[in-house]
Amino acid sequence: MRSLIDPLDLSVMETNQLLDLADRIAENPGNYSGVCKGKKLATLFYEPSTRTRLSFEAAMLNLGGSVLGFSSANSSSASKGESVADTIRAVSCYADICAIRHPKEGAPLRASKYSKIPVINAGDGGHQHPTQTLTDLMTIRNKKHRLDHLTIGLCGDLKFGRTVHSLIKSLARYEDIRFVLISPEELRAPDYITEHVLKERNIPFEEVESIDDVISKLDILYMTRVQKERFFNEEDYIRLKDSYILTLDKMRGAKPDMAVLHPLPRVNEIALEVDDDPRAAYFDQVQNGVYVRMALIMTLLEVEHA
Amino acid sequence: MLNIDSLNQGIVIDHIKAGSSMKIYDLLNLAQMDCCVAVIKNAKSSKYGKKDIIKIEGVIDIDLDILGFIDPNITVNLIDDGKIIKKTKLVLPHVLKNVIKCKNPRCITSIEEEIDQVFQLCDGRYRCTYCEQEYQE
Repeated sequence: MRSLIDPLDLSVMETNQLLDLADRIAENPGNYSGVCKGKKLATLFYEPSTRTRLSFEAAMLNLGGSVLGFSSANSSSASKGESVADTIRAVSCYADICAIRHPKEGAPLRASKYSKIPVINAGDGGHQHPTQTLTDLMTIRNKKHRLDHLTIGLCGDLKFGRTVHSLIKSLARYEDIRFVLISPEELRAPDYITEHVLKERNIPFEEVESIDDVISKLDILYMTRVQKERFFNEEDYIRLKDSYILTLDKMRGAKPDMAVLHPLPRVNEIALEVDDDPRAAYFDQVQNGVYVRMALIMTLLEVEHA
Repeated sequence: MLNIDSLNQGIVIDHIKAGSSMKIYDLLNLAQMDCCVAVIKNAKSSKYGKKDIIKIEGVIDIDLDILGFIDPNITVNLIDDGKIIKKTKLVLPHVLKNVIKCKNPRCITSIEEEIDQVFQLCDGRYRCTYCEQEYQE
């Protein structure tokens, strides 16, 4: 039995195979409409979510399975003080696979140690978000036709941005990848990413504070939101929330085939005028998110490929 | 001058930084062991000026790996028949379990009951296995 807790739980080959399956699903979704008939997905969301929870549920429904779960800690026994370990032991008796989102970092790993069913990390605090990474990789591959030989700029909240951490971890395994980390000093990527992932593997990267100085060399620009829920101090949030806003004016300096990604939701970090620019790929990510989650559920449940 | 008899059989943990012996006593769980233990504090040391020593008598099975994390200068001598039969060189243990605590308030270890505090050695640093944050003293 396998779980997906960290993006590195999937090897490069397994990641590529999963993306291939997601592409095949995107071409003919109907071919996969019954492959998970009789299977149940539990969505354990201790933290608010729109896209991730709904795309997991849509993915399982598209595969012919069914879903159960809760969408906030208040509507679960967590509000009574139940541990993650006890909750997953119970859920293992009700479902065949589960996706868990939790504000505490490492909660999905904790769940996986007590689970009898595959556990998918659907986001843990400011730590990791491996299924968003699969979504991002599928989108990048569709836009650029490769996952290697790329310069990727990541902009905004790189400290608490779990999608950023997972994407860097996964992409760092591909050949000739360069990262440009664009953030205010207070929101720089944590050292377990810069030291343990990038420096240890000699991956070229630079940390800068201005998007204007670097946008011309980027193949991918990954924008993120400064997340209010990750700050203990509201003053810090207010001071930093508008650090980076992407506008069409800024986009003029970018390559004509640069792709702009964003895990969503956005607040104001991408101006609405950018939505109509052909380089905007963030709504493609939303659709791709369903396909990669369908592929992931099939892979972890080891159901027959159509 | 305090005299402690030499061991005929057992373990001598020597060159402990002065003042650290009781921490090691607790971490090795020596209070729970049914054997003779001598804790010597502030013994004279030509190398460090002062040092602590712990002598444990008998054949015992304890995990000494943890000592490498506390102080790599510690020396461990195994004694049999009154003679040193093995000097153990300490290395940093790959995993530390319930030795140190994660201080990241966003980590699951901050709220989950009965959870083991597990740290792994990565590139010379200990990181929490749950949140990956580096251990800070």
